[in-house]
Amino acid sequence: MSGLDFLTTRLETAIGWGRKFSLFHYPFITACCGMEYMSAACAHFDIDRFGAGLTRFSPRQADLLLVVGTISHKLAPVLKTVYDQMLEPKWVIAFGACTVSGGIYQNYAVVQGIDRIIPVDIYIPGCPPRPEMVLDGLLKLQDKIQHQKQDWRWARKT
Amino acid sequence: MEPLTRIQRDARPESMLLNMGPSHPAMHGTLRIMLELDGEKILNAEAEIGYLHRGFEKTCENKTYFNLLIYTDRLNYVSPLINNLGYVMTMEKMLGVTVPERAQLIRVLMSELSRVSDHLTCLAAMAMENGAFTVFLYMMKAREFLWDVIEFTTGARMTTSYIRIGGVRADLHPDWRGSLTTAIRETRQVLKDVSGLLDKNSIFLGRTRGVGAISREDALSYGWTGPCLRSTGIPYDVRKASPYLIYDRLSFEVPVGEFGDNYDRYSVRMREMEQSLRLLEQVAGLIPDAAPLSAGPTIEPSEAIARSRRQRTGERIRLSPNLEGYEKERLPGLVATDKPIAVPPKEDTYTTMEGLISHFLFFMSGKGIRPPKGDVYFSVEGGNGEVGFYIVSDGTDRPYRLHLRAPCFHLVAALEQLIKGRLIADVVPTFGSMNMIGGELDR
Repeated sequence: MSGLDFLTTRLETAIGWGRKFSLFHYPFITACCGMEYMSAACAHFDIDRFGAGLTRFSPRQADLLLVVGTISHKLAPVLKTVYDQMLEPKWVIAFGACTVSGGIYQNYAVVQGIDRIIPVDIYIPGCPPRPEMVLDGLLKLQDKIQHQKQDWRWARKT
Repeated sequence: MEPLTRIQRDARPESMLLNMGPSHPAMHGTLRIMLELDGEKILNAEAEIGYLHRGFEKTCENKTYFNLLIYTDRLNYVSPLINNLGYVMTMEKMLGVTVPERAQLIRVLMSELSRVSDHLTCLAAMAMENGAFTVFLYMMKAREFLWDVIEFTTGARMTTSYIRIGGVRADLHPDWRGSLTTAIRETRQVLKDVSGLLDKNSIFLGRTRGVGAISREDALSYGWTGPCLRSTGIPYDVRKASPYLIYDRLSFEVPVGEFGDNYDRYSVRMREMEQSLRLLEQVAGLIPDAAPLSAGPTIEPSEAIARSRRQRTGERIRLSPNLEGYEKERLPGLVATDKPIAVPPKEDTYTTMEGLISHFLFFMSGKGIRPPKGDVYFSVEGGNGEVGFYIVSDGTDRPYRLHLRAPCFHLVAALEQLIKGRLIADVVPTFGSMNMIGGELDR
C-alpha cells in the first residue's frame, strides 16, 4: 500500500506541474474588466509568460474559465451553460468586483457574485483589477493546481 | 419553455436558424444575434440586447449627484473620461458654473486621450475578429502608452472618476509632458504600421469594402452619430456643431467617409486618431506649467491637527500621496470655487471649524450639490458618437430621473438591416466596425 502511495504522490506532483503551466483559458468577457483582460493578455503584461497564453474560444477546449465582467441575471444561464460544457478538470477565476460580489451594482439586475451559480477557485477583486493583480491571481491558481489531490480511480477509498 | 422569438415564429420551415452569441467571442459577450439562413446567406436577423443591463439609470436615482459619477465611468468603459465629462458638463449647465481655464484644457487633454484609446480598442477588436492578430497586439501596445499618461495624473488606468463637477480632481502629474510625448510618438508609429498592414490588404478589403454599407438617409433616421455617421459622408461632430470646452479655439478636421461601409468606418477612425493626436499636441502647448507650490516648511497632517486645537495654523500641510495635486493653492485653477460644488480642500477640513462644516455639508445626505428644479440635456462627442445626458432635478441632492443617450444603442439598432441579405462571415466585420460597448448599450 505504501508503494502505491509513493507512486501516486509523485504522479500528482508531475501532473500538477504539467497542468499548471498549460492552462487553456476561455475568457467569458462581458464588461469593463475585459479591457484589463486585453491588457493582461497583450504584450505589456503578457500572461503568456505564465503558461496561460492560449485563449480558446470554445469552452470544450478550455481548462480555465475567466469570468470577466458583470454577470446580469439575464446572462447567468449562459454562464452556467458555458461552465457545464467545460471538461474536467476545470478551474474558474472570478475577475473583478462584479463577479466576486456584484461590486458597485447592488441592484435588481446583477448577480451578486458568480459563486451563486458556479464554483470559483480564485477571486480577483478590483474595479477593474490591474493586470498585475490578474497575474498574481493566476500564480495563486497555479499554486492551487500544483497541490491539488487527484481522484485516483484505482485507489481504495477509505 | 421560453417564449418563441420573432425569428423563430416567422422563419420559413425550410430555412436554418443559427444562434450567435452571447458567448460568441466576436459578440463581445453581450449581444445575441439570431439568424435565419439559406445556406450561408442571411435571410433575416434578430439582435437581442440587454445582457449587460446593470440598472444604471435606476441606480442613479438613489445616488447623490457626487456619488453617481463612478457609475458613469462604467458606461463606455473604453473611454471613461468622456462619460465623466458628459455627465459633469450636464451638471454644470444645470448649476450654471464656469470652469477655470486650466481645468478645461486638462479636460480636453483627457477627452482626446480617451478618444484615441477608444478608437484603438475598437479597431483592434475588429481586426482581431477578422484574423489580423498582429494589429490587435500593436494597438494594445499603443493603448498602454496612452493609459500611462492617464494613470500618471489620475492614479487609475480606466475607471478614474477624474473629471469632477466643477473641474478636475487633481492637477497634472509633474512629469506628464514626457509621458505624453512618448504616447503620441508610439501611437503615431502604431498607426503607420497598422495602415501598412491593413489599408491595401486584400483579405481585409474583401471583408470590409462594400460590406455593411448604409445610406446617409438611413444612418440619420436610425439616429447614428460619431465616426459611423461620418463614414457615410455627413460631417457631424458635436465638437464642431456645438463646441464645448475650448474646442472652438483648436484647429482640427472632421474626417468623413464616402460609402458608409466597414472600410470607411475603419478609415474614419484611423484619420480621427491622427486628428486627436494633433489636438493633444495643441493642448499640451496651451497648458502652462503648474506654478510650483509656495516654498517654506510643511508640517505633517497629525501635527497640523494637534496645533489647530489651540490656534489656527498658517503653515502648509503635507498631504498624503493620494491627494497629490489637490493642494489648496492649486484649487483656483482646477475647480470652480464660486459655489460649493467640489470637495473642500483637506487642509481646511482638518484644521478649521468652517472647513469641517463645509466638508460635512458637502457629503451629508440631503445636503451636497442640489441643483435647481428643472431638466437639462447636454451632449459631448464620445468615442462612438454623441454621449448625451438628460437629467431631471426636483431640487433634492439626487436626480429625479437620469437618462443616457448612448450612441451605440442607435448603431446596433441598424445591425439587422446591415447584415440582412449578406453572408454569415459579414456579420463579424460589420458588428466589429460599429464598436458596440455593452456598458452603454444596455446601461
